[in-house]
Amino acid sequence: MHRTGALYGQFKTLEQQKDTATLGMWIFLVTEVMFFGGIMLAYTINRHTYFHAFAMGSNTLSLGLGGFNTVVLLASSFTMAMAVWSSQTSRKSLITLFLSLTILLGFVFFGVKYVEYAQKFHHHLVPGKSFDIFYCVNSPTKCEDIDAADMAKEKEELEVAAKADPDLNAHAQLYYSAYFGMTGLHALHMVIGAGLLFWLLKESVAGKFNAEWNNPVDIVGLYWHFVDIVWIYLFPLLYLIDRHK
Amino acid sequence: MREQATGPAPQLPEKHYLNATYGIRSWLLTTDHKRIALLYLASVTFFFFIGGFFAMMIRLHLLTPSGFLLTPDQYNRMFTMHGVAMVFFFLIPSIPAVMGNFLIPLMIGAKDLAFPKINLLSWYVYVVGGMFTLWAMINGGLDTGWTFYTPLSTVYSNSAVAPAVVGVFITGFSSILTGLNFLVTVHTMRAPGMTWFRLPLFVWAHYATSIVMILGTPVIAITLGLAAMERVFGLGFFNPAMGGDPILFQHLFWFYSHPAVYIMILPAMGVISELIPTFARKRLFGYHFVAAASLAIAVIGFLVWTHHMFLTGQSTYAAVAFSFLTFIVAIPSAIKTFNWTATLFGGSISFDTPMLYAFGFLGLFLVGGLTGLFLGALGVDINIHDTYFVVAHFHYIMVGGAVMGYLGGLHFWWPKITGRKYPEWLARIAAFVLFIGFNFTFFPQFILGIMGMPRRYHTYPPEFQLYNVMSTAGASILAVGYLLPMVYLTWAAFYGEVAGDNPWPATGLEWKTQSPPLTENFEVTPVVTWEAYDFHNRPDLGLDVPAGRGSPVVAPAHGDD
Amino acid sequence: MSENEHTEHIVSPGMYLTIILTLLALTGITVFAAFIDLGRFNIVVALLIATVKATLVVLIFMHAKYAPERTKLVIIAGIFWLALLLFMTLSDYASRVDYRGVRYPMTQIISHTIEDRG
Repeated sequence: MHRTGALYGQFKTLEQQKDTATLGMWIFLVTEVMFFGGIMLAYTINRHTYFHAFAMGSNTLSLGLGGFNTVVLLASSFTMAMAVWSSQTSRKSLITLFLSLTILLGFVFFGVKYVEYAQKFHHHLVPGKSFDIFYCVNSPTKCEDIDAADMAKEKEELEVAAKADPDLNAHAQLYYSAYFGMTGLHALHMVIGAGLLFWLLKESVAGKFNAEWNNPVDIVGLYWHFVDIVWIYLFPLLYLIDRHK
Repeated sequence: MREQATGPAPQLPEKHYLNATYGIRSWLLTTDHKRIALLYLASVTFFFFIGGFFAMMIRLHLLTPSGFLLTPDQYNRMFTMHGVAMVFFFLIPSIPAVMGNFLIPLMIGAKDLAFPKINLLSWYVYVVGGMFTLWAMINGGLDTGWTFYTPLSTVYSNSAVAPAVVGVFITGFSSILTGLNFLVTVHTMRAPGMTWFRLPLFVWAHYATSIVMILGTPVIAITLGLAAMERVFGLGFFNPAMGGDPILFQHLFWFYSHPAVYIMILPAMGVISELIPTFARKRLFGYHFVAAASLAIAVIGFLVWTHHMFLTGQSTYAAVAFSFLTFIVAIPSAIKTFNWTATLFGGSISFDTPMLYAFGFLGLFLVGGLTGLFLGALGVDINIHDTYFVVAHFHYIMVGGAVMGYLGGLHFWWPKITGRKYPEWLARIAAFVLFIGFNFTFFPQFILGIMGMPRRYHTYPPEFQLYNVMSTAGASILAVGYLLPMVYLTWAAFYGEVAGDNPWPATGLEWKTQSPPLTENFEVTPVVTWEAYDFHNRPDLGLDVPAGRGSPVVAPAHGDD
Repeated sequence: MSENEHTEHIVSPGMYLTIILTLLALTGITVFAAFIDLGRFNIVVALLIATVKATLVVLIFMHAKYAPERTKLVIIAGIFWLALLLFMTLSDYASRVDYRGVRYPMTQIISHTIEDRG
């Protein structure tokens, strides 16, 4: 088994090893761009075709939670970049600190996502047999977490949307397919990122990273920033479709 | 092969990658790119037989117009499983995973690929994906066609769609990891002096292929992922009943699957670029053009996918644009074909088995490629889309082109891989049998297509029977052509005549090491000071090639003598 | 082409701080802009701001500004291919016209037609 920082057999120098690994990660991120790109295309076509349903779906999302999560992820990118800086300047305790903060912020994100998903489940907004965009408006007592003012607003929006689109429920389900598909895929990537961060944390505590060897921190950083970039696009695409009514 | 004119018969080297370590763990946990290549050889051969079995069922059933062997539903499953097995589990991995893995580090003077553990992982990912698909086959297979069109595949099909789609999804990652490994390796692991334009064209071809793998495969991954979600959880992107759009699926599917055919053919072209100079004893004509053409095919190949959708209600504007681009993508392939042919001109040609396969490639790929232009022409396509003309077209390219390249490469590098020669005369006979069988199988299908026989139909009008019988007869001959190499190559690996370092002889860096190579490939890292295919400058090869022939620049003497 | 001697450019914490504050400000602007009715340009503005944010992350947090040319080529290739996927597919959708001369999407019109037929 190779130890972190050791020169692997197929390489001549540590510099070559670093160069190779970094290029590998960048190329991998390009594959991720195309991967998310496919579902972005599906989203784009369906949003154009069913704008009213998508706007309706978007307005059932909590802007507060979504915005908060955006701030959390951006901050985690900052702490990740600081972790890389710490490793480049051999500040061992700072590496550990910033990696821990990044992980913590990641878990805050997961927590908020869990709250959002649970709410959707409760409101019958998960695609499948029991999907019903009108559920909360028809049975307000079942959705006690929506207050009266918001409920009235939602009812009004639904009426307008249903007039524009007689098949609103089916098309709203498409919005939620996009929502769960895109955020689910994103969350999966964050889980993998969190796993990588835990490994980095372990290695940093063991003192493996310094100015001479910090490539793994750099590379996981690239991955983490990419996941942040995906969210930078997901936030307006999912939460801000039609907020100005 | 050149006779070893003087000197004792070569001996197998004492230490090489095959006997370096023993035991099943040393194979299943290997990170040696050469062993991984052999692991892949075993798995792709397995799936080739699976695909071949389904092909046999199709051709047997089509002996009679009214279908005596299979029910319509069973027939649908046969052609679907044939396509899935052959495309995703044989053609796409074959040359890159077997020959690319084995040869690229040797050709560039490296000890291994950039990421050996990821290389091993790619094989395991392939195997896991393969197991899911086998599971689907065992559970009755699927009947949607290898193209998985929706909503049949996602809603209405009563077959094992989900496991098969998951299997293909997983195997896609094997492709991505291989492509990633190759791209990075070529960028960062070349030996000193091995500049980009000294690389063998086999490496250029795999570099171009890797670009396609990296940029295209993720799209089919997400597409199949969404399709699986739709089937299992009822999402609706591709289901019209829920407001979804089957055309969206087709766009996403073909965005990858068209470039995928370039993943299948570019490596074979790379093999041909090695075979022809070797057996004409002449440097490849127009090296830079062939290298550039490989990249051009990879890039332009991404611009044409909608030609699979001409009959889906496209506007004239879109159709014309994509038809034009389809014609354009033929140009780099034509450039390569002209350059290979020009290489032959004035060369000192010998008809060893690999060269027979190369000739076969030249003729059959030409036919396949030209018939692609027929299909790209809008008016003609209206009549021949979804007929046997299409089937014949892509089999000419995939079998007549890619499989010929695969077999030619296997024969050419078998001495390097195993240290032993295969029986030359038996191999030549097998090559002829294959060529004859191939043409009898697929040429009648062009005629059937023009006559109007649709593809994926389990019955046909009686007037088509003659050509169908001819095609099936040809297929049985083709099968013999495949079985013979399986048998004698396996035999030769253990009992063939010892080959020596460079039996052909050829000029690549891989031929400067022992056969089979050491685990670390080179005892001393080579320093490259010569151009590729420098036959004119290699008196050590003992060839009767006039000095300076075909070379505008006299290359310096070798640095490793 | 192995880059053996590229010196590592270390980005300062000050620069990172500037970027994160900029990103947060841009997030605020995005939300603010969402509440203004710009019609069809809402999405354009939103995507534009998102792209500026993404560019800052790529250039500074991911050090692309200081990376070798090869890395920049990889990034541009990725973006270009994504654009290819999106724009070429959308061009097909944008140009689709059915036999009645109705442009994509045809769904709403179909509903009306059924209603019209009574």
